[in-house]
Amino acid sequence: MIDHPDDSHTISRYESTGGYTQSKRALGLTRDELVEEIKTSGLLGRGGAAFPAGLKWSFLAPARPAYVIVNADESEPGTFKDRQLLERDPHQMIEGIIITSIANEVHHAFVYVRGEYPKPARRVQAAVDEAYAKGYLGNGIFGSDYELEVTVHLGGGAYICGEETALINSLEGKRGEPRLKPPYFPAAKGLYMMPTIVNNVETVSNLPHILAMGAGEFSGLTGNADTGTFMMSLSGHVSRPGNYELPHGITWRALIYEIGGGIPDGKELKAWIPGGASAPWFVPEKHLDLEITKDATAAAGSMLGSGAVIVMDEDTCMVKAAERVVRFFAHESCGQCTPCREGTTWLEMILRRIEEGQGRAVDLDLLIDVSDGISIGLAWPPKMTTICPLGPSAVSPIMALKDYFRDEVDSHVTNGGCPFHAHSEEGFVPPLEGGPVERSETEGGRPPEVAV
Amino acid sequence: MSHWSEDTQERARQIIARYPEKRSAVMPLLYLAMAEEGYLTGDGMEEVARWCEITPAQVLSVASFYTMYKRERTGQYLVSCCTSITCMLLGADDVLHAVEDESGVPHGETDDEGLLSVEHVECIGACGAAPAVQVNYELIEGVSPEKARELVQWLKSARPDVVNSDEMQELFGARRSFDWGISEEHGAIGPYPAFQPLGTVGSEVAD
Repeated sequence: MIDHPDDSHTISRYESTGGYTQSKRALGLTRDELVEEIKTSGLLGRGGAAFPAGLKWSFLAPARPAYVIVNADESEPGTFKDRQLLERDPHQMIEGIIITSIANEVHHAFVYVRGEYPKPARRVQAAVDEAYAKGYLGNGIFGSDYELEVTVHLGGGAYICGEETALINSLEGKRGEPRLKPPYFPAAKGLYMMPTIVNNVETVSNLPHILAMGAGEFSGLTGNADTGTFMMSLSGHVSRPGNYELPHGITWRALIYEIGGGIPDGKELKAWIPGGASAPWFVPEKHLDLEITKDATAAAGSMLGSGAVIVMDEDTCMVKAAERVVRFFAHESCGQCTPCREGTTWLEMILRRIEEGQGRAVDLDLLIDVSDGISIGLAWPPKMTTICPLGPSAVSPIMALKDYFRDEVDSHVTNGGCPFHAHSEEGFVPPLEGGPVERSETEGGRPPEVAV
Repeated sequence: MSHWSEDTQERARQIIARYPEKRSAVMPLLYLAMAEEGYLTGDGMEEVARWCEITPAQVLSVASFYTMYKRERTGQYLVSCCTSITCMLLGADDVLHAVEDESGVPHGETDDEGLLSVEHVECIGACGAAPAVQVNYELIEGVSPEKARELVQWLKSARPDVVNSDEMQELFGARRSFDWGISEEHGAIGPYPAFQPLGTVGSEVAD
């Protein structure tokens, strides 16, 4: 899926390797045949939730018009796979859009590209223009009487719009706040309250290949329940970071040490985040030889999520790393739900206090207590107190501190500072100002005093 | 009664035509408004409200939600340093401090001349070659503190009309998340992303 010659983004190159033959063939298939094929393939959504794609299609309510939205709002820290697919192979995604639309009797599709990706958006728009010019989009695609319009939409810099109902609100010209499910399941009440399919870029990009090789062969690419190949974005302290398209089922050790080339400078591995910033962390003592599958990762209390693996070496301060991940969620909280809006901000401030050497012996318990207010019992998968999973995601680093790095938190407190970094006035980056939610009042506050 | 140029108005009409409902065009029209005035003014938001047939308050509710709609005067060059987890692990804080120090502009602020704004941002999807910096959302990967200083000096002295990812990557970047390999002439002329639908692009300059 990610083998790219220099002109891989052009329609001529895409067609020279069999591009658009499957979308044309899909016109001759019925909805039932297409949905069944994707169900049989076992394709799981690649945006993070790993929901079966065929099942998602089958839930689509009968009312029309219905819409297809490709979620290209890739913003999860550590994730950069969709950027590559958008930039280097936009026609593969467009062909997937055509197949999705035909299968679901949809005549208007949208590609929601995150605002910080202007170059990928330009590539996608150019590819859409090429497809229109060829008659593969627009009125009467491939000489049939089927109409399909595709609109490329640029986001405004809000991670939360990767959540499908927030994305729909955003596309309607509203604040990107997630909607309650039920009743607002996109398959029933989505864009403009009509049935809507929201699929990730990578999910859609798999479709031409499934039709080309057949569901059976696709599902046979791996010897386990997670079918097909999977893109992993490897980053952090590894010798060979990058995007890798892999079959499910290799081990973390193989990913980090063989594919990723190990930890630079001969250092030891300390921890890694297995599936984007939302996922609970893994540590080598417990998890290095686990297989990379949805089920094995879930059984170990985490998730493959967006496929982003962030590797941290032995010299990484876990408190600082936790602070940086939590800060992200605090900044990106849409502010609708109190546990998330307040909780993430308090977590960020308490972590900063510990990192700066003003932590107290009770602060870890305080972090756990605040986390419990966002995600009851710090369970995984989380017990939700909020409309969407953003708030509970911020708790993942706290779970790591609680389970594996208590000593490190304690040493920050007893040493009166970070054992890894000498902090000066300018050695620390203050929180972002502004953001989706005006938080000036809470930002000016201090973490709550706790009786010792 | 529009304050916008005829060209921009035509683009607004084309953008609205791409959506089933006018209100859906709010976000692209907000970028148009920024391109007209350099940042998002009250007048700009009122204009967008008229085009989308909603109230200015509804437009503000959208504009204030997203970080990329700048409602304060922003420099010709918006330098955004990623300090999210992967970039932080690989030294992004030092890159940010280098940019602040060399430009004299603390993050979140703009210089007196209106040339440079500096901000630190959350993940911009370049983790494979961290740390990453964007200028007007045009990406540079694998930036060292020294190269970040050179970037600031270049913006101050060369004052390019158009900033382009490929050119800046060549001058100030190192490795990339994946091999881009394809040069592109498009770039940004202001602190907003160089993309507009329909191929006709105000902030995007070919040639």
